[in-house]
Amino acid sequence: MSKADVAAAILWVGATFYALFGGADFGGGFWDLIAGDAGKGERPRALIQRSLTPVWEANHVWLIFILVVLWTAFPPAFSAVFTTLYVPIALAALGIVLRGSGFAFRKSIEGLAARRAAGATFALSSVLTPFFMGAVVGAIASGNVPAAGNGDAFSSWLEPLPLLTGAMFVATGAYLSAVFLVGDARRAGEPDLERYFVRRALAAAAVAGVAAAFGLVELHAEARYIFDRLVAGGLPLVILSVVCGVGLLAVLLRGGRRPLRPLAAGAVVAVIWGWGVAQFPYLLPTSLRIDQAAAPDPTLVTVFIVFAVAAVLVLPSLGLLYTLSQRDLLEAEH
Amino acid sequence: MFSPDALPLAASASNLLAAREQMAFTLGFHIVLSCLGVALPATILVANYIGLKKGDKDALELARRWSKAMAVTFAVGAVTGTVLSFEFGLLWPHFMDRFGAAFGIAFAIEGIFFFLEAIFLAIYIYGWKRLSGWAHFWSGVPMVVTGIGGAFAVVAANSWMNQPQGFTLDAAGKVVDTEPLKVLFNNATGYEVPHMLLAAYMVTGFLVASIYAVGMLKGRRDRLHRLGLLIPLTIACIVTPIQLFVGDTAAREVADHQPAKFAGMECIQKTGGHQTEYVGGICTSDGVKGAIPIPDLDSFLVGFSADTKVIGLEDIPVDERPPANTLLHLSFDAMVGIGTALLLLGAWFGWAWWKKREIPKTPWFLRAVAISGGGAILALWCGWIVTEVGRQPWIVQGYMRTSEAVTEADGIWFSFALVLLLYAAIGTIAVKVLRGMSRRWRQGEAEPEGTPYAPPEEAAP
Repeated sequence: MSKADVAAAILWVGATFYALFGGADFGGGFWDLIAGDAGKGERPRALIQRSLTPVWEANHVWLIFILVVLWTAFPPAFSAVFTTLYVPIALAALGIVLRGSGFAFRKSIEGLAARRAAGATFALSSVLTPFFMGAVVGAIASGNVPAAGNGDAFSSWLEPLPLLTGAMFVATGAYLSAVFLVGDARRAGEPDLERYFVRRALAAAAVAGVAAAFGLVELHAEARYIFDRLVAGGLPLVILSVVCGVGLLAVLLRGGRRPLRPLAAGAVVAVIWGWGVAQFPYLLPTSLRIDQAAAPDPTLVTVFIVFAVAAVLVLPSLGLLYTLSQRDLLEAEH
Repeated sequence: MFSPDALPLAASASNLLAAREQMAFTLGFHIVLSCLGVALPATILVANYIGLKKGDKDALELARRWSKAMAVTFAVGAVTGTVLSFEFGLLWPHFMDRFGAAFGIAFAIEGIFFFLEAIFLAIYIYGWKRLSGWAHFWSGVPMVVTGIGGAFAVVAANSWMNQPQGFTLDAAGKVVDTEPLKVLFNNATGYEVPHMLLAAYMVTGFLVASIYAVGMLKGRRDRLHRLGLLIPLTIACIVTPIQLFVGDTAAREVADHQPAKFAGMECIQKTGGHQTEYVGGICTSDGVKGAIPIPDLDSFLVGFSADTKVIGLEDIPVDERPPANTLLHLSFDAMVGIGTALLLLGAWFGWAWWKKREIPKTPWFLRAVAISGGGAILALWCGWIVTEVGRQPWIVQGYMRTSEAVTEADGIWFSFALVLLLYAAIGTIAVKVLRGMSRRWRQGEAEPEGTPYAPPEEAAP
């Protein structure tokens, strides 16, 4: 494994964490959006608010991590992606600003109407942001980003596969979030909310599963390189994802209590790494290889050191944050 | 396959202006919030420490309130900072393509600090109720350290743009080797980083103090307001003299290493000794109009002797001169002028405190503090105008022009207009939210025992 490959693996680790935790936070916004009017949606929204408040900013930093590693370790890839897919990227950035500020404002702004407006902004942008991020990823996988950049600003992502990938991102976030919220509702001693999110987790799993199946068909049509590798080298990971997904369905359907989160996470992580395996050795299939895009060795080594320090300092700190949060030692209202 | 010098020969001039305006605006918005992110934690912890150590309920209450306000400013700061990361690719893709391998190094390090800050900030902000007093206090300490570390990394990246080093280019201009430590500790890091860190503490200190000064001018003279003014104002006033020293050193370094920037900000046209220092005025190629001239002072400030030679714009190639000479000059003067005024305010406060252990009685003192927060922010913006506009036409001094870095993407004016509207709305709502919080706290304070008509308690000092 070359240094450039290690750097690409670090990028993928960042993407994995962001998909799991950042993705679940977006999913929380999705459930908030469709929770109904103020009366009906009050309790699920309160649960979502409590779960997200202490952790969403830390989870968001994984996105910064991905961007920084991409532009530092693979500058030409960063530039090619941003000069081609600037429309969905700018829309995702807009969504990030609206989501973060909407969330921060909605609990402290005065007046019910203002709160609802802030809440709706948060919820709606929680759906649009992952959609556009997925469109970016789908466009890259489709091979629509030329290595020299400046690919077509619209046809590069306004295609079935990128749009479907966007939908899959939304569904996957909703699925992860619902599964996480099942646990949170259980801990809070609210069995009706637990059932509420079990139903939603099942629905989201079904949608994500159907979208994934369509995705495979589209991969076959639009991203043959990825498809061929996914059903060859990536196959064990695809199978693992399916097994985790089906396992989780089984547990949820018979009202089981665990393991919920590891199975949900496993299903998602396996897909992300399956995609990585299928794309290897390309960053931009099939125009830019990892080794072609890589920065000089001392820069890559700096990225390794940063990652090692992050593993030693950031991961335990995140663990502490999640532990405090899960033991209800952190309170949104103080 | 990919060639970094396949850059557009003439990127659209319109795109360049729009991209620069958008970058300047989003950076100017974010930088105020990042000052709070860097320095508000320390301010809060000072109040928290006094509260715990002396059993001071008012100090604890201040720490609690400020942390609640910080939850809002940090959230908006986190997302507006993310916008800047996106803008590197959306507005300046060719800069990142060519120099990401060097420039990115500082940002990779910043990532860790930002991560840790976000984590411990959450633990601190939401840990008031259930964590024990001192455990909670210590959970906040990493915010202070990571705030400083994060500022170091980001400003080191900007320093590198001013004095790039630590990389090797091949014939095609591609970075083929890097020396990360030289990138991080470039020649400008030593003065830019402390200058910005101290600025963060000044902005935060004067801004928080100014809010309480306004309250006191409205007749709210309770102990909470006094303490809310004293703690941040003390921090800011301690930091200000150090800042003037650091800033003075920085100006000399700029004169040595970025003569075009220095000539622009001081309006120096002809190279030579005995340079006049112009205060204010309009810069023209035949000299400064309407300024207060102080003979020899500029040479003296640069080299401690009236004979010190200073390079004038005449010796800078026309296409390497910074634009907007007057803007640069006035921004520099405004920054120095405001800094000096804040120093005098600090001296006034320090003298009064030393003599009488008291905030000066005259309302003029409170009025001065009330505008000091806005003043500090204005000085901060002026400083960044000097740094950034003064480096033009370069994005990487001497290596890459800003016009070579800009995107060819369509719609930058549109995105700039959208950003203006969006940020105006967010800024307005954020201020509204913070004012609403403050009003709720005050009203909650007035009726602790359910006696809404009781006069506000005048706590003992």
